[in-house]
Amino acid sequence: MIKVRKLVKRFGLKTVLKGMEFTVETGEFVALIGPNGAGKTTFLRILASLARPSMGVVSVAGYQLPKQSAEVRQRLGVVSHQPLLYVDLTATENLKFYGKMYNLPDLDNRINEVLEMVGLTTRRDDLVRTFSRGMQQRLAIGRAVIHDPDVMLFDEPYTGLDQDASAMLDDVLRTVAARGRTVVMTSHDLARTEDLATRFDVLSRGVIAASAIKEDFGAGNLLSFYKSVIAEGAKQ
Amino acid sequence: MSQRREERRSSYTKAIGAIAWKDLAAELRSKELLSAMLVFSLLVIFIFNFSLELDVKTRNSVTSGVLWATFAFAGTLGLNRSMSIEKDRGCLDGLLLAPVDRSAIYFGKAISNLAFMLIVEAIVLPIYSILYNTNLFKPGLLLVILLGSLGYTAVGTLLSAMSVQTRTRDVMLPILLFPIILPVLIAAVRASGGYLQNLPFDQILPWLNLLIVYDVIFTAIAFMVFDYVVEE
Repeated sequence: MIKVRKLVKRFGLKTVLKGMEFTVETGEFVALIGPNGAGKTTFLRILASLARPSMGVVSVAGYQLPKQSAEVRQRLGVVSHQPLLYVDLTATENLKFYGKMYNLPDLDNRINEVLEMVGLTTRRDDLVRTFSRGMQQRLAIGRAVIHDPDVMLFDEPYTGLDQDASAMLDDVLRTVAARGRTVVMTSHDLARTEDLATRFDVLSRGVIAASAIKEDFGAGNLLSFYKSVIAEGAKQ
Repeated sequence: MSQRREERRSSYTKAIGAIAWKDLAAELRSKELLSAMLVFSLLVIFIFNFSLELDVKTRNSVTSGVLWATFAFAGTLGLNRSMSIEKDRGCLDGLLLAPVDRSAIYFGKAISNLAFMLIVEAIVLPIYSILYNTNLFKPGLLLVILLGSLGYTAVGTLLSAMSVQTRTRDVMLPILLFPIILPVLIAAVRASGGYLQNLPFDQILPWLNLLIVYDVIFTAIAFMVFDYVVEE
């Protein structure tokens, strides 16, 4: 579903991604973990067609980036630590706006389904500025899935959420993934990440330094796996 | 093939309409942008009145300059605010993620910016007319205001999308905008002055032509380069 070959991204003289190789099969839930500044957000922005690769080949759902970016965006849902919502519009108005941007048919029914899924039906006519951070993040997920995308990208979705809101977000993420979608998520919350993902890739110094599935390091050992990969990278 | 083209055209126009509707609906609720532009416009007019002593004799010759200076300064406030709303909560990314040609975002934002500017002008003009006992409701003058505002928002929307990505965006927009917008302001001031002083139409026509050509050229340039301006 996602294929990345020899990806390089430069900002001026600084090279953030240095020949990165990355593949995700359909239905996989891949967690991309790494220290701050490793290039996780930059990489997700390239996958989302929000940034252009300096070199390399990137394809999502069989479409090449940046050449076929509109086709890629049709199949992509993105949730970041910012909600991408308009605070002076209601929950319904925000979803209606994004639904129109995706030219969706039967929009009212789809909005009802999405609000039901993220548990905001009773607050549908309230302004987003009155929502808590957790509710805004749930609505942000609703916004991202309104067009029923095949691929979901989550960039630090737990940032700024308390324990209750994080637990609620877990449930919504599981629902999103359970529908057979391909998911790539970056997060610093390793305990939650271990619980949700099926594969774990460590991004360090602009390349994928290691890739493992749960069985490779055993339950509850993601942190030690992560630390060992980072320590090995530091030695080199 | 033609059905696909028709679908694309329909989603493109829907996206433009959705962005303009969203901006107007949010602004009608918050009134942040319009109130700031309006209060600023009225203050500028009062300041000009005291500093230039707008008596009956000088009024006709300076009215067009005062009006366009007011619209230009108030316009930068509106353009800055309109794009800051998109940038501050990451909403610009939300727009860029939509599967439409990104020029639709430009046209949607330009339409709402133009609507805000015209609303402010529609309120300022009668107030100016009453305060200074000058008739500003001449069809020719209203056409000039429409064409001038069109050119101003065509360039301003593109440049505000550029300046909003910088740290000094509030300062950056007027520095970028005013040199480029100068031909529009000169043409608009001259054409407005012509109508206010009842000059013959053939003396006003060259300025009207300049306004129209500028509007068309800059709308076309913005259509071509907007994608590159907003992508990293």
